[in-house]
Amino acid sequence: MTAPSPSANSGYSEIDIELALLSRMLLIRRFEERVGDLFKKNKLPGFVHLCIGQEASAVGVCSALRTDDFITSTHRGHGHVIAKGGDPKFMMAELYGKSTGYCGGKGGSMHITDMSIGMLGANGIVSGGLPIAVGAAYGAKQLRKTDQVVVAFFGDGATNEGPFHEALNMAAAWKLPVVFACENNLYGCGTRLDRVSPTSDLTQRARGYSMRSCSVDGNDVIATRTVALEAVSQARLGNGPTFLECRTFRHHGHYEGETPSYLSKEERDYWFARDPIDLFKALLLSKNQINEDSYKNLDLGVRQIVDEAVEFAERSPKPDLVAALTDVFAESGETS
Amino acid sequence: MSFAAAIRNAIAIEMDANPALFTIGEDIGRYGGELGATAGLYKRFGEDRVRDAPISESAIIGAALGAAMTGNPAIAEIPFGDFLGMCMDQICNQVAKIRYMSGGQVRVPVVIRTTIGGYLSAGAQHSQSLESWFIHLPGIKVVMPSNPVDAFGLLRSAIQDGNPVLFLEHKGLYSVKGDVPDGSDFRVPLGCAEIVREGNDVTILATGAQVNRAIQAADRLIDEGVKAEVIDPRTLNPLDENAIISSVFKTGHLVVVHEAWERGGHGGEIAALASDKAFGSLRGPIKRVAARNTPSPFSPELEQSVLPQVADIVRAALETLAFKSEVGKK
Repeated sequence: MTAPSPSANSGYSEIDIELALLSRMLLIRRFEERVGDLFKKNKLPGFVHLCIGQEASAVGVCSALRTDDFITSTHRGHGHVIAKGGDPKFMMAELYGKSTGYCGGKGGSMHITDMSIGMLGANGIVSGGLPIAVGAAYGAKQLRKTDQVVVAFFGDGATNEGPFHEALNMAAAWKLPVVFACENNLYGCGTRLDRVSPTSDLTQRARGYSMRSCSVDGNDVIATRTVALEAVSQARLGNGPTFLECRTFRHHGHYEGETPSYLSKEERDYWFARDPIDLFKALLLSKNQINEDSYKNLDLGVRQIVDEAVEFAERSPKPDLVAALTDVFAESGETS
Repeated sequence: MSFAAAIRNAIAIEMDANPALFTIGEDIGRYGGELGATAGLYKRFGEDRVRDAPISESAIIGAALGAAMTGNPAIAEIPFGDFLGMCMDQICNQVAKIRYMSGGQVRVPVVIRTTIGGYLSAGAQHSQSLESWFIHLPGIKVVMPSNPVDAFGLLRSAIQDGNPVLFLEHKGLYSVKGDVPDGSDFRVPLGCAEIVREGNDVTILATGAQVNRAIQAADRLIDEGVKAEVIDPRTLNPLDENAIISSVFKTGHLVVVHEAWERGGHGGEIAALASDKAFGSLRGPIKRVAARNTPSPFSPELEQSVLPQVADIVRAALETLAFKSEVGKK
């Protein structure tokens, strides 16, 4: 069971859509909180990067997409999977390294893939997904002649990588249907963007490639959805890529267990006061679309989904050891 | 038909057979390929399927991958293998791993064609043979044709394979001619070595442009009373281990010839294979003839001095044959 989908072509009323957006953001929040908790209890192997605080950019952008559109994601990708319509059960099982996980326990947190919803893969390499997104968009527009759109999610850190520039240039040169969704959380690992970049206005990078761009409050889910709808619409119409800078902030460290001592108190306070879920909840309360009771019920429903995901993962079997050696190659000549 | 024309024909036949297939690379379209391999394809198949790309190797490989994952098998061309470093992440961390990391959800029908090799005074950044980097890497097959017939047949198999394949074309072979079969069914399967020359005294395993040198060496060895067997594995991953082991069982002596550097080259890997699987039959040391461990010099005399020569192969064969250990004698 998943939260109702806020997808672009759902035909729902504005109220339905807003509730779905809230519900989806809450699901990401509760999922990530639980992952942090499980990690602390040594239930999860490896390490995890949580996106708590960045839910609005994932949900706002993906709410502009159809199921047959594609996304590529990052090491901080759990929110993107849920926002695109992924199943928390299969993601949680993957984080446990279980055979029922999205990738059969062979990918883990940084490589969640769900081809059934167009999730082409999270990526452990900063900027690694951008060229792939460009290729998916090339196939759709130039070869398969569909109107599918591809969103490449990445952080501010990726904007200093070579493949970022190659991908933006190629997408702009050929007017490919890509939305470059930059989640600027101000820090690449522990280093603040303004220490390693000549500008904190990342839309400048896009203007260098004659690409439409805009900067948006990435903690405002409606504002993010609004610019994403426009960007996706332009892409679908054949008018090429858009660069969206979603200004946001992660509440946790770069990875779980890291203490973000590089943050000032003022910075933390400023951004924590701008929690995307609190902001949206306040808006919907002020419009009387929810009340404290209905919010509580929504939250309970979401927590139950997360509980079920954990139960599913816990009772799922570990992978058979032969799985370690399969899927290196497809059988030669195997068709999809 | 030349080696380059064989490559071009294989691409054309596969593109005719599969309308979803496309090719992308620098100068492969209107220009016809940096070395002419794709001449005419642009006119025949159009811009969308024969795509001239910016000089952006990461984006070229990524574009091939993204399209392939979503339904369009791709042939990406990187004009010189020396530039693979520019897109190493896309090859090593993306193309070669995405199927595995996704638990088999994704198919990756991506062939990466590139040119390799020296003897052309092209300098240190346009002369390398980097195949050994890639045989180290799970998830990508490595193919090295040594003649036009194999180039045609192997490229068709690579395209039809449905998996990542690195296809390495030696620049020095481009103008070599061969009788490439017309038959639309002709293919050379990946993972099948060819015994180029049969012999009982010593096995010479060579790849790419070194196969011709190995044949010349075998000719000279006849004058020494030595019958050399020359094996061309044709693909380094998958490797036809049985063919290699069978030959070593027969001859008891092995010389591996490659243009990749000696240190860390695949000669060491093949030597380990022979030692592991044919130890009892070895009657002399396994010899490697490979590029000296130095960047490629420009000046022709200097370059020739660091790359394998026919005389080096002959010498290596005679050196191992000088050991007539009784241990391995059957």
